[in-house]
Amino acid sequence: MSTPLKRDEAFLQFLLRMGDNTLILGHRVSEWCGHAPVLEEDIALANTALDLIGQTQFWLGLAGEVQGEGKSADDIAFLRDVWDFRNLLLVEVPNGDFGHTLMRQFLFDAWHSIQLGRLLKSSDARVAAIAEKTAKEVAYHLERSADTVVGLGDGSEESRRRMQEALDYLWPYVGEMFQSDDVDAAMVAAGIAPDPASLRDEYDALISRVLAGATLTIPDSRFGHKGGRTGKMHTEHLGHLLTQMQWLQRAYPGANW
Amino acid sequence: MYAQMVQSTGKGVKSSEDMTPEERAFQARIDAGEKIEPKDWMPPAYRKNLIRQIGQHAHSEIVGQLPEGNWITRAPTLERKAILLAKVQDEAGHGLYLYCAAETLGVSRDDLTEMLLDGRMKYSSIFNYPTLNWSDIGAVGWLVDGAAIINQVPLQRTSFGPYARAMVRVCKEESFHARQGFDAIRKMADGTPAQKRMAQDSLNRLWFPALMMFGPPDKDSPHSAQSMAWKIKMNTNDELRQKFVDQTVPQIEFLGLDLPDSGIQWNEEHGHYDYTDPDWSEFFDVLKGNGPCNVDRLAARNKAWDDGKWVRDGLMAHAKKKAAAKVAAE
Amino acid sequence: MKNEWPLWEVFIRGQHGMSHRHVGSLHAPDAEMAIKNGRDVYTRRNEGLSIWVVESNHIAASSPSDKGPLYEPSESKVYRHPTFFDIPDEVGAM
Repeated sequence: MSTPLKRDEAFLQFLLRMGDNTLILGHRVSEWCGHAPVLEEDIALANTALDLIGQTQFWLGLAGEVQGEGKSADDIAFLRDVWDFRNLLLVEVPNGDFGHTLMRQFLFDAWHSIQLGRLLKSSDARVAAIAEKTAKEVAYHLERSADTVVGLGDGSEESRRRMQEALDYLWPYVGEMFQSDDVDAAMVAAGIAPDPASLRDEYDALISRVLAGATLTIPDSRFGHKGGRTGKMHTEHLGHLLTQMQWLQRAYPGANW
Repeated sequence: MYAQMVQSTGKGVKSSEDMTPEERAFQARIDAGEKIEPKDWMPPAYRKNLIRQIGQHAHSEIVGQLPEGNWITRAPTLERKAILLAKVQDEAGHGLYLYCAAETLGVSRDDLTEMLLDGRMKYSSIFNYPTLNWSDIGAVGWLVDGAAIINQVPLQRTSFGPYARAMVRVCKEESFHARQGFDAIRKMADGTPAQKRMAQDSLNRLWFPALMMFGPPDKDSPHSAQSMAWKIKMNTNDELRQKFVDQTVPQIEFLGLDLPDSGIQWNEEHGHYDYTDPDWSEFFDVLKGNGPCNVDRLAARNKAWDDGKWVRDGLMAHAKKKAAAKVAAE
Repeated sequence: MKNEWPLWEVFIRGQHGMSHRHVGSLHAPDAEMAIKNGRDVYTRRNEGLSIWVVESNHIAASSPSDKGPLYEPSESKVYRHPTFFDIPDEVGAM
């Protein structure tokens, strides 16, 4: 390991990781609006997306503050390119069918809820306050996505098959949530955030319980894609997402919306 | 409006002498301002017309999600994205309330949905027009929801209880829609030359389609009389259209945009604005399925429905298993 | 094959310790999902703290033609309403 990161630099990276996760997943979930299998699900998915967009405003707003260059949450969301994004690969993969979307949501919500639970005790009061506000929203996301995963897994033959396929496809993206690097080491040292690896046992217990209820089989492989939260190598999908998300800000720089 | 061309099944309004005693009592209740509730006796034609009208209204909300949803992933700021998403979500909610109101009349939501998907039922012509620039999101909220409010406010007093109650809920939420739209287009009208150009383009393109929302001119709406006697339609198309023009022209001037119709002029004598009628042949073309987006809109709704079938069936299968296990345990 | 989710009636308790009020209906495969859908559909603007759901076909309703016999008798019992009694001002709050 090279020289330890400066605390503020590591803090900024941590905040981008939190905010980019909610930004990109919120964007993905919002793609469903008007296209969900049934009206009640359409409305529920929009609520989840709305929560995630709101959470993004908190995390990226604080990131701008810590960075100290006068950037707003919007500047950070709309004016960075792929290599500056710090979200998990899991949240940038395309929606696929409703089963993929809900499985991805569940796998993320489970991590998110555990992470926020730890952040409630963050040494940084601003982080603890955001965790306090968002943990309640995420607890509901988890409840809803877990129930839907169980309902579809233990549903019809077709729904079970599709949910197993979704789990098999998404499983290699789970490991990245628990990889620790020098950013995390600095956050642990400062008491701001937990070591990601320390969340794994609780996570495994949670998802094993739900996926067993869903009659689904967790793949044996522990192989994990990585590169999202470090920014070293995103999927090809993120660039396409950004071309839509950032288009107006890029095409008409400096305009007020 | 959201139910523009509901073909009435009646043969005009019956005179009191021609009515059966039940019909006479029913009409008397309506004339006295009483609400009709689902279990009350009602003429079969009243029920049938209401199912069509509420169903069309509900379908319009659902299809109406699509043109605005088209911009959710391209909204220019986090706040605009959240506002637009909340707004389009509300449309889904409105559709849901309205379907529930229709269901009290003995038709299922799935049946209504299938009639939309195979073209047996219609939805408002306005949603067959495209949203082409960001300012359209402002214009849709301001003009389309503005027009909808003018239509829906009186419908809160409509004679059928569940419909009236759904409208109360819808109207409460609708003023947020119109305001966010006006706020969005105002930013554009006050913005850079490119933004101003977008705003003007939106207004020019959406003005006449917005006027069409109120339905054909009264002289071509032979079925209105019965609906008005039953209080499932509260004002004539032309009355509402005039109200919309009178309300909107000063707002256009406030925004500093050019009027989209050179025929708009204050008429001192009538105390209203004169305006040019929309091209009604275009309106009927759109209703027939030949609008710019009819095919895409229906294809999108059909795809969502077909792709969602396994989800609906899967969750239902799970619920049945759970219920069976509960019975077995008892 | 028709496999429509059943219809549920939704009742919500507002923020201020009121009784549950009927707010509308929705579709859901079972009671648990109906509660969640109720939360997502009917509390988007902070409307409530507690949700009841009941499957619509389990609601027993009086029939409209019973309106007379059911409700008119109570109209003659005006003494049930506190305003029936004339309490002198000097007695104070009651």
